[in-house]
Amino acid sequence: MNDLIMRRLQEECAASIERTEEFRGDLTVTVKKEEIVRVCQFLNRDQELAFDMLIDLFGVDRYRPEARFEVVYNLYSLKNKKYLRLKVRVEEETPVVPTVTGVWPAANWHERETFDMFGLKFAGHPDLRRLYMPEEFEYYPLRKDFPLMGIPDSIPLPRR
Amino acid sequence: MAAKAADEQKKSQILAALEDQDTNVSIDDPLENTMVLNMGPQHPATHGVLRLLIKLDGETVVAAVPELGYLHRGYEKIAENGTYHEFIPHTDRLDYLSPISNNVAYVMAVEKLLGIDLPGRAKYIRVLVCEMARIASHLVAAGSMAMDVGALTVLLWTFREREKLLDIYDVLCGARFTTSYTRIGGLQQDWTPQCTAMLRTFLEEFGADLAEVETLLSTNRIFIDRCEGVGYISPADSIAWGLTGPNLRAAGIPRDLRRDVPYLVYNDLDFNVITLPESDALARFYVRIAEMKESARILRQALDRLPGGPFNAFAPKRVLPRKERTYTRMEELIHDFMLINLGIDPPVGEVYQGIESSKGELGFSIVSDGTGQPWRLKIRSPSTCNLSVLPIMLKGGMISDIVAVIGSIDPVMGEADK
Repeated sequence: MNDLIMRRLQEECAASIERTEEFRGDLTVTVKKEEIVRVCQFLNRDQELAFDMLIDLFGVDRYRPEARFEVVYNLYSLKNKKYLRLKVRVEEETPVVPTVTGVWPAANWHERETFDMFGLKFAGHPDLRRLYMPEEFEYYPLRKDFPLMGIPDSIPLPRR
Repeated sequence: MAAKAADEQKKSQILAALEDQDTNVSIDDPLENTMVLNMGPQHPATHGVLRLLIKLDGETVVAAVPELGYLHRGYEKIAENGTYHEFIPHTDRLDYLSPISNNVAYVMAVEKLLGIDLPGRAKYIRVLVCEMARIASHLVAAGSMAMDVGALTVLLWTFREREKLLDIYDVLCGARFTTSYTRIGGLQQDWTPQCTAMLRTFLEEFGADLAEVETLLSTNRIFIDRCEGVGYISPADSIAWGLTGPNLRAAGIPRDLRRDVPYLVYNDLDFNVITLPESDALARFYVRIAEMKESARILRQALDRLPGGPFNAFAPKRVLPRKERTYTRMEELIHDFMLINLGIDPPVGEVYQGIESSKGELGFSIVSDGTGQPWRLKIRSPSTCNLSVLPIMLKGGMISDIVAVIGSIDPVMGEADK
């Protein structure tokens, strides 16, 4: 099955793929950031692959000089009963990723959570607000430079 | 006169509080004749601390916006700052209605990362506890949904049944709720003959007890009128919004990870994937009732086939040794010390492992950098994704349907807020 996915991806979007790797039987495809929506649309609409569910979407803070952040997309195909991971690399200076809410509406809350936790912005997202933390909160808690104990006085208490 | 002035002052205070900047109502411009209602986070029918902002036109819901985060404890951050073993007790607090299946899901993800294969007995015991957790959770779901629409008796009866399962957990691992039962590469305790006896007794009575609950509701005019056709979502929307579990199967889509992406020993067990086409609150209720019966079938089969042998994998550098051996043998003492202080030594890589928990697909993504602590751990919680379709389900419905719809989705905020 992984071979079929690779073959179809090579046929249709070979130029968008940066690298592929297989670990414990799971295929991970790293895609160029600008091309992610196009690749997702292809994977979603292709009759043979039919990745019709977005199971999960999350950010990773690699805490390294270049390509500090990653966004991981975990797709599932009801037809083939198969998972696929896509990944885009995001620079710290331009933390903006195109949204995939147009492909799977399920991305809505996942992208909000990623914005909340890592400060990655999703261009074109219909409602990019924080999901868990209060709106006034200025920090991004799952970044590696945010301390585990939190930052004192970072959440304003109600008046009185 | 003074009383009237005080009244006026109070009124203006309330108005000022309503216009306070802390009252964060983010709904696009309400029309003149609509009103915005805040429901929760302290509301008995929101199953915890879910907050809903509802725009109403008369009694009809025009729009609904769920607000999460009132129970956010930052478990993903905690996971990054502890060893893999240390996170097991935290998984109890995610979906606190079926803690033991969270334990199983988490350690299965770690085992996939490590490449450990379990002995047969451990797999069967995990299937047993997962299905017990499913019944225990669905009982609460059925009972609380009935309570939300006004039938209190059912809740008392389902909790009576659930209590018997919790007693089995108590005998099995010493805790009723916060089980922390699994270990990486195995289990904390072996399944005992006493557990078998208790579970067999439970299964003997369970069919009749569940039938009692069903007779209370399945011909109950009030219950059916409150739930039928309420909270509809189309099958295409269910897939696109990432709905999983009983909520997806009630939309007629037979997705069950136990059958589709088999894990543990579900391949060898005979059970049906329950689907209903209606996709309303009543269908979701019936799917859960039918799934409990299937789980009872799985439990019987698993009890009959439970093999002997060890319940921990043999991988001394990864799996914690038994306590009595730690106290008496040098090798095990060293391994215990290393595993507790430095953690396991996983390879560098990324894995995802999902299981069909009672709420839907519960999965853990682990990004490992080769040290004893996960670099990043993402919890794919089914309740979050199931709650994200609330605006679709509620739109156009009546205000009194809201509690029925929330009850039928069966969210657990511990899991949704992480």
